Amino acid sequence: MSKERIKIAPEFFEIMPPEYQDLVNRATYGKEDRGWKDIGTAKELIEEHSLCAGCPESMAFRYILASLPNPEDTVMVGSTGCTSLVFPHVAVHNIHSLFGNQNAIASGLKRALTVRFPGRIKDVVVLAGDGATVDIGLDMTLQAWFRQEKFTTICFDNELYANTGGQESGLMQKGFVAKMAPVGKMFEKVRLPEIARESGCHYVVNCTVSKPSLVEKVIRNAVHVAREIGPTYLQLYTPCILEIGKNSMEGLQEMRDSEKPTERFAYKEYISEPAKQLLAEIAAKEKEKKAAAKEQLAAQQA
Amino acid sequence: METTSLIGTKNKKGQVITDVRHMMFEAPRTPSFYTGSEVIKEAIRRANVDVMIAYPITPQSEAAALIGELFAEGYIKEYFRGESEFAVMSQCAGAAFGGARVFTTTAGPGTMRAMENFPMWAGARLPIQMIVTCRGINSPLSIQPDTLEISYLIQTGMLVWHAETAQDFYDWILKGYMVSEEPDVHLPLALCCDGFFVTHTKDVVNLTPADMCLPPYDPYRSPVPCMDMECPPVRMMRDPFVMKSNYISYATHASWQQEVWAAVERSRKHTIAWLDGLIETENTDADILIVSSGTAVSQGREAIRLLADEGIRVGLVKIKTIRPWPWQEIREATKNAKHIIVPEFNVAGWLAREIKASIPDSDRVVAAPHVCGGMTMPPEIIVSEIKNVLGMRDHALAGRGS
Ligand SMILES: Cc1ncc(C[n+]2csc(CCOP(=O)(O)OP(=O)(O)O)c2C)c(N)n1
Ligand code: SF4
Ligand SMILES: [Mg+2]
Repeated sequence: MSKERIKIAPEFFEIMPPEYQDLVNRATYGKEDRGWKDIGTAKELIEEHSLCAGCPESMAFRYILASLPNPEDTVMVGSTGCTSLVFPHVAVHNIHSLFGNQNAIASGLKRALTVRFPGRIKDVVVLAGDGATVDIGLDMTLQAWFRQEKFTTICFDNELYANTGGQESGLMQKGFVAKMAPVGKMFEKVRLPEIARESGCHYVVNCTVSKPSLVEKVIRNAVHVAREIGPTYLQLYTPCILEIGKNSMEGLQEMRDSEKPTERFAYKEYISEPAKQLLAEIAAKEKEKKAAAKEQLAAQQA
Repeated sequence: METTSLIGTKNKKGQVITDVRHMMFEAPRTPSFYTGSEVIKEAIRRANVDVMIAYPITPQSEAAALIGELFAEGYIKEYFRGESEFAVMSQCAGAAFGGARVFTTTAGPGTMRAMENFPMWAGARLPIQMIVTCRGINSPLSIQPDTLEISYLIQTGMLVWHAETAQDFYDWILKGYMVSEEPDVHLPLALCCDGFFVTHTKDVVNLTPADMCLPPYDPYRSPVPCMDMECPPVRMMRDPFVMKSNYISYATHASWQQEVWAAVERSRKHTIAWLDGLIETENTDADILIVSSGTAVSQGREAIRLLADEGIRVGLVKIKTIRPWPWQEIREATKNAKHIIVPEFNVAGWLAREIKASIPDSDRVVAAPHVCGGMTMPPEIIVSEIKNVLGMRDHALAGRGS
């Protein structure tokens, strides 16, 4: 898709909802250097959200949608959970079908898009909760990685089943007392980032969404690597402030506390050799482009 | 608007994209002696399928593997083995959401494992075709023919057809896509047959020319947007209504479900045209009718022959589609019948229940004989049932005591 596709016939412009007019006039489809800094100056690809006030998932959504390198040709796949309440507000095609089957949907989707649009970029990005990714959908999460399906899997890790009211999940910390873990969770937080690496993911990051610039970087890397090489996995801490008893303003601090070097969301990444090479090439190209732009500017000023 | 027709052009394999009415009704046919599984392969060779996703389960494993050969030969664009039927049906959904023509096959426990996907397929209006080679779903494990799984499929919003012969199967696979993909239908099709009896036996099937194929699927004729970012990604609703407990949310869900079922109804007119009616009848003026679907119909035909030798005249109604359900046709066809015999290959007698709910004086329906768990249905037991109804003594039932 290009921005042409969302244009409104002049006769109908006035009667379209203002948010759609905005999307046509000020959205960042097709903008090569799009990123989190567009937030506040351009039209975001998320209209509003129906999450709890202050829920870090809402920040994560905004940063991710601002950072997708190619939203005009990206299709997202969600799952049931708090995130599924947000997707209807997102101006990128997205699929909700069932709970836990997101990586299976994405496998079929990516292959269909590859068949239908040979030689064109069509990125597929999965975004689902930890229950969806690790518990009910683990089989399909891993199998997609084993098969080297070329899409990005993002897990919003809030360490519990938020949407059903705070039950134990596989990514919950050991000992945490929750619904269905009445005497505390009995086993360790599942180590999905390590499992992802062993299962064939080429780019794996475990972090929080406290820093938009970091989210931008890992999203761009993950999508580029998935496009060219193979599966990628991002595990992002988006604490469920409601279920851990925090106020709306405390989400950011909770993430900062959890990303300290000894904590469970200390920044961790794994990059395969081919992915390293690709990212280096992309970085070199970007550097070249910047240098050329600088030169051009200097020439103009001279 | 300028439109370009693909009819008459060739695909990568050199097959000519053909007007489907010409291909199915006029083009010369070649009689070929094939197993049901091979027939599935030959139909799919001509179906211009984009994506097939496979998983082994008897009795469809052979067909699913043969489609793999078609992929290797280049007749299908994408093919892989999924990790389970639940995953496979979701992978099929993903491919269909992305605008592909999708094919898959399953059976028995596979159908049950995947069940959560089927109402989702229907609700998402994905015109996937799934072959179901019915087999037992009971415990202890059975791989034998048994049609119980159809009774679970018929409430999902999918189209459900029940083939009697390999020839039905061949024609209906190709015609099935034509009905499924109509913009006013756009629903998945479960094309069922009785496992082994159809899949593993050889029969003469008249094939359409191998150098003719269906036109490709056009995802932009879908009544819902294709998820490929080639059309505006408008926010589809102001509020995600799914989780809301309010009237507008209930009304939205209710009206969408009604629309899915209305689409099943709208498929009637297309199906009648392609399949030459939803039922097929013989001698419906007889006092006694055998009414059934699948291979029970073939056994019924044999029973009718045996009874004719004894001077007893029995008519036949073959039901081709379970969804849409041909209740009017069945009402009309059975209006003179005094006794309606419904032989079935399952323990529950779901077809007899459907028929009873559709006709007046439903005590005319004899929900028998039932065989299940892989038992065969010799025509003699249908004969016995009919003689029993007529108050005649019959040898085959003598062993049952009084
Ligand atoms: C098959 C099935 N089982 C259970 C549910 C109920 N369910 C809906 S959302 C959810 C939990 C979601 O947890 P997670 O994936 O962590 O997402 P979160 O809400 O925490 O963001 C569950 C159990 C369902 N919708 N479908
Ligand atoms: S329940 Fe938790 S994860 Fe869900 S929106 Fe509220 S704070 Fe966010
Ligand atoms: Mg969660």
